[in-house]
Amino acid sequence: MPLSDQTLTRAEELIARYPQRRSALLPILFLLQAEDGYVSPAGVAQVAQLLGVTKAEVGAVATFYTMFRRRPVGKYLVSVCKTLPCQLRGSREISAAMAERLDVPLGGTDESGMVTVEEVECLAACDGAPVVQVNTENYERLTTEEVMELLEALLRDEVPPPTFAADGSVTEPSTARLHWRLAGLGDPPASLGAPASGAEPAGQRIGREPSPPEPTEQREAGEPQPAEGAGAAAPEAPTDPEPEAPEAAHQAPGDEGPAPEREPRPQAGEGR
Amino acid sequence: MTDQVKVLTSRWGDRQAYDIDRFTELDGYASLDAAFERSPEDLVQLVKDSGLRGRGGAGFPTGMKWGFLAKGTGKPTYLVVNADESEPGTFKDMELLERDPHALVEGVIVSSYAIGCRNAFIYLRGECGWPGRRLQGAIDAAYDEGLLGRDIKGSGFDLDVILHRGAGAYICGEETALLSSLEGQRGQPKLRPPFPAVEGLYRAPTTVNNVETIATVPWIVRKGVDWFRSMGTDKSPGPKLFSVSGDVISPGNYEFPLGVPAREVIMGAAGGMRDGKALKAWTPGGSSTPMLTADHLDTPMDFEGIAGAGSLLGTAAVMVFSEDVCIVRACLNFTEFYAHESCGKCTPCREGTDWMRKILGRLESGQGRTEDMDTLKDICDSIFGRSFCALGDGATSPIVSALKFFRDEFDEHVSGGGCPFPGARVAVGAH
Repeated sequence: MPLSDQTLTRAEELIARYPQRRSALLPILFLLQAEDGYVSPAGVAQVAQLLGVTKAEVGAVATFYTMFRRRPVGKYLVSVCKTLPCQLRGSREISAAMAERLDVPLGGTDESGMVTVEEVECLAACDGAPVVQVNTENYERLTTEEVMELLEALLRDEVPPPTFAADGSVTEPSTARLHWRLAGLGDPPASLGAPASGAEPAGQRIGREPSPPEPTEQREAGEPQPAEGAGAAAPEAPTDPEPEAPEAAHQAPGDEGPAPEREPRPQAGEGR
Repeated sequence: MTDQVKVLTSRWGDRQAYDIDRFTELDGYASLDAAFERSPEDLVQLVKDSGLRGRGGAGFPTGMKWGFLAKGTGKPTYLVVNADESEPGTFKDMELLERDPHALVEGVIVSSYAIGCRNAFIYLRGECGWPGRRLQGAIDAAYDEGLLGRDIKGSGFDLDVILHRGAGAYICGEETALLSSLEGQRGQPKLRPPFPAVEGLYRAPTTVNNVETIATVPWIVRKGVDWFRSMGTDKSPGPKLFSVSGDVISPGNYEFPLGVPAREVIMGAAGGMRDGKALKAWTPGGSSTPMLTADHLDTPMDFEGIAGAGSLLGTAAVMVFSEDVCIVRACLNFTEFYAHESCGKCTPCREGTDWMRKILGRLESGQGRTEDMDTLKDICDSIFGRSFCALGDGATSPIVSALKFFRDEFDEHVSGGGCPFPGARVAVGAH
């Protein structure tokens, strides 16, 4: 059976969270994908029985959502945002170059089963355009050449740290682990492979800078508590002059990332 | 000159704010005691008096929405937080969850107490990995600290929060579609009435509120109505996150009082235009809001001001396009989005978006016909107001506004036998 007995026990845990069993359908489909790599026909039958609905109902739901797959997905799912802010920053060239390198149409998986590349709609990180994701973790503001380096690393089964690795962003080292996590059951079991190594991966960071470290002295001494800060900032806010242009001070100091000219996200709490 | 404010963004500069201890040091969860001292009815009244309007796009008054929740039904009342941020150009909620996830959890606790909810749901986009991990960590920590679960801080109030991930569907940002999805159905909208306040999740009274809306509530509880109303305008009070993207020097989220002139957001905070280019068009609130032009830069960015200019504030997602952007190609990109994301339930939206995609595609590739612009207008007329939800209406916004301001450019695509923008930055997708 597609879902192991152990996983079925965990599925019951999901079902118990909701006032109605059927609400667990999306999370359980993610579990199924974690185990089978896609929404398999045998899995559909099993899930239908588990939730007391028909196979047609499960199929109707599975085919509605883009994250549920009808064919096995690669170990790494590379998603390129194609919506306008990213298109203006060259996302179409990026996705085309990757598809050519893998010799697959968009949505396809390379021969080795390592990488699936797809175009997706707006990923809600438009300030980081062009946005590329690996297993739903963001790699932002990369050139086509940098994305191709990322792709080659993935084909070697190496996972470069995502853009905001220093702030806590971690790329799951397989879609199986990712899909387990999306089900909402916390850390994936060992049977789905080892977790990403270390919270602060040693590899060279790819992408734009994370938020620069904040000097603790400044925070303790100068930063107002959010309550007063917000209140005082409301109509008068005299202390923080607006920059005429983006501030060079936002550059993360001493970072060796491949594209040092980029500005990180604006930091509202950093003397903007 | 309108100064930026630091309310929702007040903790964003602190890289440890996601941690519950640091969050608490920064006055996080301080609204709980203030809330539990009041009656739930008082809190609903407070939010009504504050004038807080929904930050997810529609701008409906939050307190009034809560006030509509049916009472005495014998069913539970549900709070569902809409964290399915997917309107093109919008990235405020995800950054809030990345940097300050407890702010949402705090808002969920206070809001749930106000409306009598014991089971709250947060519907988060599945595609957003890091914000999801941060939010799950915050929920777990809140349980560990006794801020969720039974008898929160000795108040006698119980609350469970379930983080539920979507699986890739823009339409699930529409509240009735979101609720269908949460029930394990296809994410398709339902006809209203009945409104969710009467028959929502599991046919029980339900309110669906945006992340930013709920994260704003604790501030109102702590600092009061007068403080909140000291920002913004009479009808659109309070602070607001503006997501600025596109051809500006410093894209990002900026927090201003509502009513800030667009010029100060685009040319000030976001650093102005890249490469010294001229501004051609901008959206005030995502792709579903009609585009405006450089002539509208002094428009105050509040619900009334933007409506007065013929558009909508939407999610305050300001996408900025320079003179180098082909407006037909921009419309094609957005229309591909709507054609892909239309749930297929209503014929005008399902068929109309696909026809428009094809017509724009042929205009861009040099196969356009002189009557195409009229046909596009006709199709927009046939979609607008003729679908269950706002997706169809939104799909017409870029095209109707582009034809209004840039009709010449469409004509040039026909008379010139194709796109007049040489060295196109983007290859047109397959059609």
